[in-house]
Amino acid sequence: MITVLLFAQLQEQLQKDKLPLEMDRISVRELKEYLKEEFGLVRVTEAMVAINEAYALEDDEIKSGDIVAIIPPVSGG
Amino acid sequence: MKLFEIVTEPINTNELIQKVEKREAGAITTFIGTVREFTNGKRTVYLEYQAYVPMAEKMLAQIGEEITSKWENAIVAITHRIGSLDIGEAAVVIAVSSPHRKAAYEANEYAIERIKQIVPIWKKEIWEDGQEWIGDQLEKTSYQNGLPKMEKE
Repeated sequence: MITVLLFAQLQEQLQKDKLPLEMDRISVRELKEYLKEEFGLVRVTEAMVAINEAYALEDDEIKSGDIVAIIPPVSGG
Repeated sequence: MKLFEIVTEPINTNELIQKVEKREAGAITTFIGTVREFTNGKRTVYLEYQAYVPMAEKMLAQIGEEITSKWENAIVAITHRIGSLDIGEAAVVIAVSSPHRKAAYEANEYAIERIKQIVPIWKKEIWEDGQEWIGDQLEKTSYQNGLPKMEKE
C-alpha cells in the first residue's frame, strides 16, 4: 500500500489529508495521472512529489510502504 | 536546542538570537517575516499556514547546510510558525551569526529565498469575501519538470 499525503488546496478539494492506495511499483508520473483521472485532482500536474520526505523526479519509482506527499507550489515565509 | 523548527505558538525572536550567539561572531542579523494586511490592494483578514512538518524541518536544515557551505563560519536558526496568524504577527524568523556583517546579511537573505523555493509550507489568505491558497510567489519556479531550483539565481 502507498500512502498519499495531501496538502493545501488538494486536501480541501477531497476533504482528506491522506489516501491509502493499494499500489506498488508505480512511477511518480503514473501516480499523478491516476490522481488526476480517479480523483479529479487536476492541479497535481503543477505539484512536486516527495517520496519518504525527499523530492522525487517524474520517473522515480514508488513502492508499497512509501509515504508520498503531493506538494503544490509552496508559499512559506 | 533545535535550530530548525516548525511551531504553532508565537515565535520569540530573542530565543533565535541566543541560538546563534557565539564568541567568534561579529554580527547577528535577524529577519522577521510578518503577516501583511494588503496584498495587491486586497485586504487580508488573517492567514492560515500549513506545513508538511517533518519534511519542512528537514528542508530548513538543508538550507542551513547550504549556508554553512557557502559562508563558512555562519550559524543559522530558522523557526516558521503554522496555524492561524493575525496581521502583524511573525510567520518566520531567521537569525544568522557570522564573524563579519556582510556574510550575516547575505546568508539571511539566501535563507528566506530558499524557504520560498523548497520548504513544504503553504499559506492561505482569508479575505472578508473569500479565501485562497497562495502558490509560487516567486512565479519563476517550474514544478512540472523536475525539482524546485536547488541554487539561488
